Amino acid sequence: MSFLQIEPVRILLYLVGICAFVGANAAYLVLAERKGAGRIQRRPGPNEAGFGGILQPVADGIKLLAKQVMVPPGTDALLFRAAPLMVMAPPLMCLAMIPFSDSIVARHLNVGLLFVFSFGSINVMALMLGGWASRNKFAIISSARVVSQNVAYEIPMLLVVITLLMVTGTMDLNEIIHQQGGGIWHWNLFKVWVNPLMPVTFVIFFICMLAETNRAPFDMAEAESELVAGAFTEYGGMGFGVFFMAEYANIVVGCSLATVLFLGGWQSPIGVLSGGLWGAGWFLLKLYGLIFTVIWIRWTFPRTQFYSLLNLSWKILIPISLFTLLLTGAMMKLPVVYHQFF
Amino acid sequence: MIAHKDLVPLGRVGDSPQETFVLNLGPQHPAAHGVLRVLLTMDGEWIQRAEPIIGYIHRMHEKMGENRTWAKFLPNTSRIDYLSAMHYTHAFVGAVERAAKIEVPLRAEYARVITSELNRISSHMVWWGALLLDLGGFTPILYAFDDREKILDLLEALCGARLTYCYYRFGGLYNDVDDAFLKGTRDFVAHLRPRLKMYRDLVTDNIILRKRLTGIGPISADLCRRYGATGPVIRGAGVAYDVRRAEPYSVYPKLDFKIPTYSEADSMARYLVRMDEMEESLHIIEQALDQIPTGPFLGKVPRVLKLPVGDTCYAVEAARGRFMVRIVSDGKEIPYRVKLRTPSFSNLSLYEEASKGMILPDALAMMGSLDLVIPDIDR
Repeated sequence: MSFLQIEPVRILLYLVGICAFVGANAAYLVLAERKGAGRIQRRPGPNEAGFGGILQPVADGIKLLAKQVMVPPGTDALLFRAAPLMVMAPPLMCLAMIPFSDSIVARHLNVGLLFVFSFGSINVMALMLGGWASRNKFAIISSARVVSQNVAYEIPMLLVVITLLMVTGTMDLNEIIHQQGGGIWHWNLFKVWVNPLMPVTFVIFFICMLAETNRAPFDMAEAESELVAGAFTEYGGMGFGVFFMAEYANIVVGCSLATVLFLGGWQSPIGVLSGGLWGAGWFLLKLYGLIFTVIWIRWTFPRTQFYSLLNLSWKILIPISLFTLLLTGAMMKLPVVYHQFF
Repeated sequence: MIAHKDLVPLGRVGDSPQETFVLNLGPQHPAAHGVLRVLLTMDGEWIQRAEPIIGYIHRMHEKMGENRTWAKFLPNTSRIDYLSAMHYTHAFVGAVERAAKIEVPLRAEYARVITSELNRISSHMVWWGALLLDLGGFTPILYAFDDREKILDLLEALCGARLTYCYYRFGGLYNDVDDAFLKGTRDFVAHLRPRLKMYRDLVTDNIILRKRLTGIGPISADLCRRYGATGPVIRGAGVAYDVRRAEPYSVYPKLDFKIPTYSEADSMARYLVRMDEMEESLHIIEQALDQIPTGPFLGKVPRVLKLPVGDTCYAVEAARGRFMVRIVSDGKEIPYRVKLRTPSFSNLSLYEEASKGMILPDALAMMGSLDLVIPDIDR
C-alpha cells in the first residue's frame, strides 16, 4: 500500500485537489468567459494584466478581497453571511463524486448520481436565502424567480436522469462510464437503439442544466437589465465574488455530469487510450467543450421571458421527457415480452 | 403560447388583503438609460402603476434660448437629443431661415439630407444595441457601435464633432461636403446593406427576440394621438405619419422613400419600423448622393441677425419622432421665446397608461422599444 492510499492522506489530497480545481476553474472560467465574450463581440477582452490578460483573475481577486464585506443595516445578518457559504459548498461536495479518470475519483460511492443531485439542489436554497436576507425588493423578486425556475427545471432533469438510469441500471458514476467504453457510438448520447430519442434527452438535460445554473438565456436570477443584480444586489466585495465563483463551479459540476452521463466521461471517443491520465485528458476535453458551449450561448442569445421559461419546462420539456421515459421502458421491455410469447 | 392578455394575476381568494409594494426603478438603473426614474407600484411582478419621474437632467435649454443670440443658441440644440443632433440643429436652423427668409443653396440642402439620414442610422444603431441589452443580449451593441463608428468618423471629418454636431448654419453649412466624404458615404452604404441583412438573420429572426417583443406592450394609434407620440411609435401603430412627408422640408419632396408602417402596434412593430427605416435612410442617402449639385454651400446671411417680429415653427423628423422648434422674435438679436417640442417627452408620457398590468421584464422591453433619450425629455 503506497503512501497515497492511506485514507487520511487520500482525503486531504482530494480535499485540497478539489478546492484547487474549483478555485482555479472559477477564476479562470471568468477569464475564459470574458475572453470568449470579447472574441464573439470582436474585441480583445481583458488583455492588460499579465501576458494577454492571464493575471486578470488575480487582479479581480485582489480587488474583491480588498473591499469591505458590508452587511447593510436592516438585513438578516446571519443569513446574509451564510448564503455565500451555502452557495459554494454544494458544488465542492458534488465534485467529490465526479470521476476524472478510471482511478481519479475522490470518493467512490455506488449512489453517486443521487448524491450529486441531492447536493446540487441546495444551490437554489442559498440563492433564495441570499435574496431574502438582503431585504431588497429586487433581491426578493429574484429569489421568488429562482425558486420557481429551479423547481420547474428539476423535474424534467430528473425525468431524463431516470430514463438514463433505466438504461444504465446503476447510480455509480464510474460504472456508468465503464458501460460507455469502446468508442463514440457506445456513448449514451448515441445509444439510439436503446432509445431513438437519446440525443433529445441530452438536449433536455443541457437546457435544464443551463436553467439550474441560472445561465443565459435563463439568467432570471441575475437579470441585470431588470433586477440590477438580482439576488446579489446587496452583496459587495468577496460576498459577491463567492456567488460569482459558485456560478462557475456549478457550471463545472453540471457540465461534468453531462459529460459523465451522456458523453462517456473519461472514455476515449476512438475506443483506445482511455486509461489513467489519458482518461483525465479526454474528460477535461469534453468538459471544457461543453463549458465553451455554455459561454457561447450566453453571448449569443437574449434573455427569455420568465413565463416562457416556465412554459418551456412545464409544457414542452416535461411532456417530452415523460415520453422518452415511456419509450425507453417500452423499448427495453418489448423484446422480453416478444420472447415470452413467440 | 400564452397571449399577453392572459397574463393577469390569479384571482384572489375572498377578500384577502391585496399587498402591493413600490419599486423605485432608477434614476440609476441599468434599464433606465440615463437618469429616468420610474416609480412602480407592483403586485408581485405585475405593474399596477408606473409613474415616470423626470427632471434629473434638466438643463433649461429653452430658458437659455432667451438670453443669447440666435447663433449662440445653435450649439445648444445639438445637446438636447445627443443621439440625433443633426435633426435638432436642422429644426432650429430651419426655423430661423424660415423667419428671416434666408435662401439655402441646393448643395447645402442635399448635404443636410445626407448627414441627417446618416445620423438617423447611427441613432437607430444605438437604440438597437441598447434594446438588445435590455433584453439581455450583450453582443449586438458592439456590432452596432462598430457600424456607428464609421458614421461618426465620416461626420467627424466634416464638422469636427462626433456626437454633438453643429454642422448646419443659418443659410447653409459650416463646411462644404468634400469628395472624400461623398465617396466614404457611398462605401458606407455598400457596407451597411449586408450588415443589416446579417442583423435581420441573426437578431430579428431570433426566436427569443420575437417572443420577447411580439404582442408585448401594444400602443394603439389612438393612444399615440392622445399623448402626441410620433416617430416609429406611431408608425408602429400603423399610422404613416412622417414629418418628411406630412410637412415637407429641405429637399425631401424630391427624394423617393417609403414610410415603413406596421399595424401590429406591439414592440416588435416598433422594432421592425426602425430596422426598415435604416434601409430607407440608405436609399435616401444613395439618391441624394446621385443628385447633389455643385455650387456654394452657404447662402447670404446678414452679419447681425435680427429676425422680424413674429412667430415661426419648423418641424423635422428626428430619429425619435417629430421635433419642432417654435421661435418667437420681438425684433431683437436675442429670441423672445424658444419652444422645443421633443418627441421623447410625448413618447414617454404614454408609458404610464400603456404599461398598466404588464410584468416587469415586458414593461422594460416596451420602454426599450420607445427609444427614450432622457436629455431629450428633460431638455
